[in-house]
Amino acid sequence: MSGLITPFLMQSAVQAITPILLASLAGVLCGRVGVFNMALEGQMLIGAFAGVVGSYVTHSAAGGVAAAMLAAVVFSLILAYGATIFRGDSVVICIGMNLLASGLTAYLLRVMFGVSGTFSDPAIVSLAKIRITAIQDIPIVGWGFARQTPLTWAAWALVAIVSVVLFKTPLGLRLRGVGEQPDAAETLGIDVRAYRVVTVLVAGALAGLAGAQLSLGAVSVFAEDMTAGRGWIAVVAVMLGRRNPLYAAAACVLFGFADAFSVKLQSQGLPNQLTDISPYVVTLAALVLSHRRRTRALVSPEVAAATPGGMAEPQADAR
Amino acid sequence: MSAAPQPDARALSRWRPPSAAIAILFAALVGGALVLASGVNPAEAYAQIFMGAFALDNWPNTLNWATPLVGMTLVAAIPLRGGMINLGGDGQLIIGALVAAIVAIYLPGPGPLVAIAALIAAAVAAGLYAALAAWGETRHGVPMLISSLLLSYPAVGVASYIVRFPLRDTTTGLPQTALVPEGARLMALNGVLNVGLILIAAIAALVLFVDRRTVVGYELHMRGINLRFAGYGGVRLDRQAMRIMFVSGAIAGLVGAIIVLGSQFRFIDDVLLTPSYTWSGLMAALLANGEPAGAILAGLFFAALQTGGFAMQRETSVPRVLTMVLQSIVILFLAVRHGAGKSRE
Repeated sequence: MSGLITPFLMQSAVQAITPILLASLAGVLCGRVGVFNMALEGQMLIGAFAGVVGSYVTHSAAGGVAAAMLAAVVFSLILAYGATIFRGDSVVICIGMNLLASGLTAYLLRVMFGVSGTFSDPAIVSLAKIRITAIQDIPIVGWGFARQTPLTWAAWALVAIVSVVLFKTPLGLRLRGVGEQPDAAETLGIDVRAYRVVTVLVAGALAGLAGAQLSLGAVSVFAEDMTAGRGWIAVVAVMLGRRNPLYAAAACVLFGFADAFSVKLQSQGLPNQLTDISPYVVTLAALVLSHRRRTRALVSPEVAAATPGGMAEPQADAR
Repeated sequence: MSAAPQPDARALSRWRPPSAAIAILFAALVGGALVLASGVNPAEAYAQIFMGAFALDNWPNTLNWATPLVGMTLVAAIPLRGGMINLGGDGQLIIGALVAAIVAIYLPGPGPLVAIAALIAAAVAAGLYAALAAWGETRHGVPMLISSLLLSYPAVGVASYIVRFPLRDTTTGLPQTALVPEGARLMALNGVLNVGLILIAAIAALVLFVDRRTVVGYELHMRGINLRFAGYGGVRLDRQAMRIMFVSGAIAGLVGAIIVLGSQFRFIDDVLLTPSYTWSGLMAALLANGEPAGAILAGLFFAALQTGGFAMQRETSVPRVLTMVLQSIVILFLAVRHGAGKSRE
């Protein structure tokens, strides 16, 4: 065990968890108010790109983070209004958003910087690491957190904050009510649509942070489609965690470790084409196994509702 | 797709022009702003796209691009007709391409027979892989929407490994297999075009026929309109889902095989997915909400748009990825607008 869990592995695991965790919190919030957010991948990608642009222009990581959040919130307007006020199909909107993010970032990369593929520049300031020498020798947890970006700390703080807000405050009660019983919430005088719009936008800001961590955390570079499926893994974490921030965080920890182990296996000579797939294999296995334990409950209402054209389940549930 | 529109004040007060035309116009406006921001006259960029796609000399290129794109449109449209989404086209295409290459290179025998065996093997392998996602949903409750996509990553990763290590053509130094023997290649028709075009056209006609004239097509459409009603009507939903996904994946496998046997003559890592046929096809299918004739038309339109994109990039230096942006704006516009009259609460 001591050979398997090394300080380096812990550090790379915690680093790998951060973007998925932030994105899955975004997914949890959206899911709680009844909006199925499958666009996390695209929102993160927009955040990653805007983070690099912001950092490049302002020469500060904070500027990059602010740009990432702002851009992701603006991008999320499509889902926020499309799926609520305009009552569009959230799955189709999210597929469109993911493709738009991929195409738009690639286009802007070429037009703004004249490069394709990846963009790196000395002017891009990456996020500073918070070094805590006091904990760096504590096994496991200390190893993992001794040298991480502020966004990693923010991500874990947000797990607690989102949990408390959702389950211990009147605001959380209203949010959950909007998702579970929109009609009852409406009757109590809650503006269901406004709550949904604002929640989706707040979630967009979180996904933007996830993107900033990706492009400014461990590296300071933007690469086309650099999210590489992490947004989808976050979607699965939300499903496995049944839209509970703590459970979703646990799923993210699992996926983060799978990611870190794949890097470790690679350093031991396995070809990266094989090691790179381990997070996805673990994700699929977790989906199958979790269902063994609780029959059918896995398919949350909004996933069932989300199937376009298939209006069998959702109509009944919505009433 | 949805219930009959209810007489809602907003819907009544507003006359609606054909939505696809409006969506394309809207995308052209937003795209024009993007082109303008890059310092090029949008009218010139669009003229180049149009000429690049429809000038007489460019027809073969457009058709050559349309072959895989329309194929992947059918891959997405068939499940969508039944209310299902197959997001795993990339993985299925890769499996088909790899299996076709392996069979064509290593199976001895007369060329045309080898080619046919390679096509069949590619279709079966990719079809089974797609059916796996449907099986996961019906037996294990793992939503196909997610699993079909997640299954793509292992397929792409393993194929990449196979072509980089065990089956690598060591004489070239690139991550690619050996060349497919000449006899097993798909017959060329005219310049860049090959028999694959006819194969995809035949499949498209068959899909249209099945959709319009057969019980299978009717049952699938019924599922798409109302899952429960189809179930009450005696459709065995689980089996239907697996069969439909098998067919969808099989077509994706054929597309991969056609690219390998008809134009590249070997499996080259990474080049199969860079044109994003899967996602353009999905967008074309979504544009028509899975209705095959409309989806095929949309697929042809996107193929023309993308072929024209090459000319635009060459002549005006506007990156051709702009066409992907235009496509996604069309879809987003329709998705948002489609919902506008839908009464759900």
